[in-house]
Amino acid sequence: MDLIIDGIKHAFLLLIHGDPKVIQVVWLSLAVSGSATILSLCIGIPLGSVLGLARFPGRRFIISLINTGMGAPPVVVGLAVTIFLWRNGPLGVLHLLYTPSAMVLAQFVIALPLVAGFTLATIQQQDPKLRLQILSLGASRFQMVWLLLKEARLPLLAAVMAGFGAVISEVGASMMVGGNITGQTQVMTTAIVGETSKGEFAVAIAFSIILMVLVYLVNFVLTTIQQRSRAG
Amino acid sequence: MSQVSSMQPVLAARDLGVSYGNRKVLEIPEIDVIPNRVLALIGPNGSGKTTLLLCLALLLKPTSGKILYRGETVLDGSKTLQLRRRFAVAFQEPLLLNTTVRENVRLGLRLRGFDSAEIKRRTDYWLEKFGIASLAERNARTLSGGEAQRASLARAFALQPEVLFLDEPFAALDSPTRQSLFGDMVNILQETRFTTVLVTHDRNEAQTLAHRIVMLVNGKIVQSGTPREIFSSPVNEEVARFVGIENVIEGKIVANRNGVVDIQVNGSIIEGISGAQIGELVDICIRPEHITLSPVRSSTSARNVFAGKITSLLAAGALVRVSLDCGFPLVALITRLSADELNLEVGKQVFASFKATAIHVISVK
Repeated sequence: MDLIIDGIKHAFLLLIHGDPKVIQVVWLSLAVSGSATILSLCIGIPLGSVLGLARFPGRRFIISLINTGMGAPPVVVGLAVTIFLWRNGPLGVLHLLYTPSAMVLAQFVIALPLVAGFTLATIQQQDPKLRLQILSLGASRFQMVWLLLKEARLPLLAAVMAGFGAVISEVGASMMVGGNITGQTQVMTTAIVGETSKGEFAVAIAFSIILMVLVYLVNFVLTTIQQRSRAG
Repeated sequence: MSQVSSMQPVLAARDLGVSYGNRKVLEIPEIDVIPNRVLALIGPNGSGKTTLLLCLALLLKPTSGKILYRGETVLDGSKTLQLRRRFAVAFQEPLLLNTTVRENVRLGLRLRGFDSAEIKRRTDYWLEKFGIASLAERNARTLSGGEAQRASLARAFALQPEVLFLDEPFAALDSPTRQSLFGDMVNILQETRFTTVLVTHDRNEAQTLAHRIVMLVNGKIVQSGTPREIFSSPVNEEVARFVGIENVIEGKIVANRNGVVDIQVNGSIIEGISGAQIGELVDICIRPEHITLSPVRSSTSARNVFAGKITSLLAAGALVRVSLDCGFPLVALITRLSADELNLEVGKQVFASFKATAIHVISVK
């Protein structure tokens, strides 16, 4: 019991005093997961839109790939990215393994199917006649897609949240491609693993609290949006 | 008629075909959209009306055939966007975007690159015209069905299009809302004289608004003409029933005296006007409102008088629908007042009479 109470007390002290090590890890977590989410939006929203609006051979295959990807274990993604970035792997010349860039790449691969899948579902839920209506008002194809996405802004925000929530709390892939190097590639989840194995529960609890608060905030925003769009 | 057809159509389709897989859903050899006229496309559900509208509005690529804009073939590519920006469409569902009513009405004008002063002028004008100026700053999602459809129509009219396409714009509305919007629409269309293509399955809408009606069944044109032609001289039983002729009776021509024919129907003879030959099988169309009922055999100018037994009475608003068995079934529509005076009841015998000129005779092929 003392272990837990001391751990929590110590954790709050670390948080209140703004321990530089803690701040550095939190900052890296946000930077890596934030970048990965933004990247996945840049590719995932256009990809989901194309899959939702166009019909072409191989479309079904890509959609089933995305659906599989939405539930893919991060460890498997980590393994795949590690192999690609390995010294004599296909992208070995880039020397990215065990850098934050490798972690961004791995988290991007995890978030992409989520963002593309959410976008696809959102576009397909819209009345097909809405596209015709927008085209008839004088929109070009590009303007039409833009207006459809703008119309779907609330569900798309959900896609953003889902993607970010998945990668910020993911541990397997970050551990494998980042290596959990203190001061360089350690993020909150991998730090929790590392500190716990060393018996440093206070630090682990501090990170857990921050992580839980972040995940809670993400889910709170998500729920609010979903309830509002349902009411509207 | 010749005056109208000599005018160059704004839009036309030739040998238009639309197929989904092996199923042909539309086959239109020829159709013209004449400037400043309302063309109504009528027909039952699934007859291809909306598909034809989408092709003409350049929103659906036909499988075969071509669309002509002012005599020139419309080709694929960037030009269709320029042409689409000359048209406007309002659908059965309002399809408004999740923003204010004003922004919705502004959207098309903005996409077409009008300057802000013109956008404001037109937006204000058409919001006012459709009676929704007070709702301008409301979110479109909070509108009632009727208000939303007014916003959708204001958005289309504000574009002041060369061709206005209306796809069943009143069909989803409840009766009082529909009547009030329809009334406004009649006035606005008369005032603006916009070239319009109206899709509807409501014969009264078509009759009131259209200068010309095209009736589609199973993707094919079965009849086209002025409302008067379609409503008084339908070419077959299907059109006849669609335009509200409830009495369609099969018969055989047994005599023809210079166009006045005797038609044998189940032992009785009905007199009518037709060019049909002796021996020909025909459908006799009689509108129920053209039948008069009396308690005794009257000596009016009507040649066709038949004794019949009342099989059912059905009050419909101010009118009463009387079904008779005269050896052939006959439906008459009379006012409630006449029904009371005649003291009608089921099983009672009355005399039904109608003029030979009230009959439309269709040859059965």
